Amino acid sequence: MSINTDTIQIKGLRDGLLVTLGSGEWQELQELLFTQIDERSTFFRGARLALDVESQELRVADLSRLRDKLSEREVSLWAVISKSPKTVQTAQLLGLATRVSKTRQAKKTRSVVDAGNDDTALWIQRTLRSGMRIEHPDHVVVMGDVNPGAEIVAGGNILIWGRLRGSVHAGASFRTEASENSGAFICALAMDPTKLQIASEIANPSKVKQSKKSGKISLKNGKFLVETWRGK
Amino acid sequence: MSAEIITIASGKGGVGKTTAVASLGIALASRGQKVVCVDGDIGLRNLDVIMGLENRIVYDIVDVVEGRCRLRQAMIRDKRLPGLFLIPAAQTRDKMAVSPSDMMRLGDELRNEVDWVLIDSPAGIERGFKNAVAPADRVLVLTNPEISAVRDADRVIGILEAEEKGSPSLILNRVNPEMVKKQEMLSAEDVIDLLAIDLIGIVPEDKSVLIAANRGTPIALDKESMAGRAFHNIAARLMGEEIPFMDLEEQDGLWKRISKLTGRS
Repeated sequence: MSINTDTIQIKGLRDGLLVTLGSGEWQELQELLFTQIDERSTFFRGARLALDVESQELRVADLSRLRDKLSEREVSLWAVISKSPKTVQTAQLLGLATRVSKTRQAKKTRSVVDAGNDDTALWIQRTLRSGMRIEHPDHVVVMGDVNPGAEIVAGGNILIWGRLRGSVHAGASFRTEASENSGAFICALAMDPTKLQIASEIANPSKVKQSKKSGKISLKNGKFLVETWRGK
Repeated sequence: MSAEIITIASGKGGVGKTTAVASLGIALASRGQKVVCVDGDIGLRNLDVIMGLENRIVYDIVDVVEGRCRLRQAMIRDKRLPGLFLIPAAQTRDKMAVSPSDMMRLGDELRNEVDWVLIDSPAGIERGFKNAVAPADRVLVLTNPEISAVRDADRVIGILEAEEKGSPSLILNRVNPEMVKKQEMLSAEDVIDLLAIDLIGIVPEDKSVLIAANRGTPIALDKESMAGRAFHNIAARLMGEEIPFMDLEEQDGLWKRISKLTGRS
């Protein structure tokens, strides 16, 4: 099934919608997109959207604003595909996927955790600074610190190869995903979060603080379990 | 002659950006450089007061942008040093009077006139900050060894990195060595550990700064003061010289660690 206007193509995917934007000025394309969505609001409501922006060069502010505006219309933006490396980088900074599998035999080159289907873990190779917010419906891996004021919301586990000093929420439910996951866990080389949540349980930060040892925090019978993390 | 445009930003207010811009302007000018300091804090101007030039303002940056005067007419020459100029902010307007593109045009015009443009960013991360960093070739983030200041600096650095202004350099201002020794204040190490950017200068807390501010004689004019000397060192480093960090009477071990961290001496 596909809907065409001159500059916007909408296709159904196995797990959501793929919208391809043609060439044009970013502002105009956005407006066109919102008009399409508003005209067919029941069709779009609750949809997971992957957006192909071709060679548009988009910055953090652009994508962030787009995601918010789509969110207002109850459309959840989960991936941005582009030929422009800058846009791909920006998308990754915001926790968006940059590839979409169109068939079940998709290449798994980006997959870090094979969850048995095409979901991919998000790999972030940098320190997250104050004010950065990462949202991803699956696992999140950070090679770097998570500074105070940085936030991660993940549908799966969160693994931080660095110091956790910010805010994390693992096992979160995403609008069109399955419900929250209380089996999710959080690992870090040093644990000093300002806020820590698994599914709908919020921990007392002082009780999970572990500055000198690497730790793993999970839920056991609804209570937080802090373990020193050793490989098996 | 193509100027280097440097913006000094912080996120947090009151950490010493204006003092730094004034002092660095003086320090560079005293080394024979031609410098223009630009006050980016439209509506809450302070750079003119700190430099002691408030009584000589005829035109300001908004007059330039709105075409009521030529650029040179708004440049106030500081009589104490040849080659030091100030473009003041407007006091009766606000930050919406100027846009990032206006600032970039201003920067381009100034590039051919001087060796250095030092832009004093206002506090915050909104329009005033965006205006101030728009034309910058380089940004210096200034902070105090104090938790809220460092938190805000981290946010600013994140924004600068995301906006692809490159990695800024750090000026750590108002360091009190006694308090650090007693562990009552964050050490330079703690701050650099979190912010993870290159350190370009450490300026000690100095009572003379307040006195100088009230007199309109920027601290860098006083080469006896530690803070003044620290700013002169930063100016030298901006010009590419390798200057070891001053001994602020901290423990030897700590200084060795900082030197190692920053690869100096």
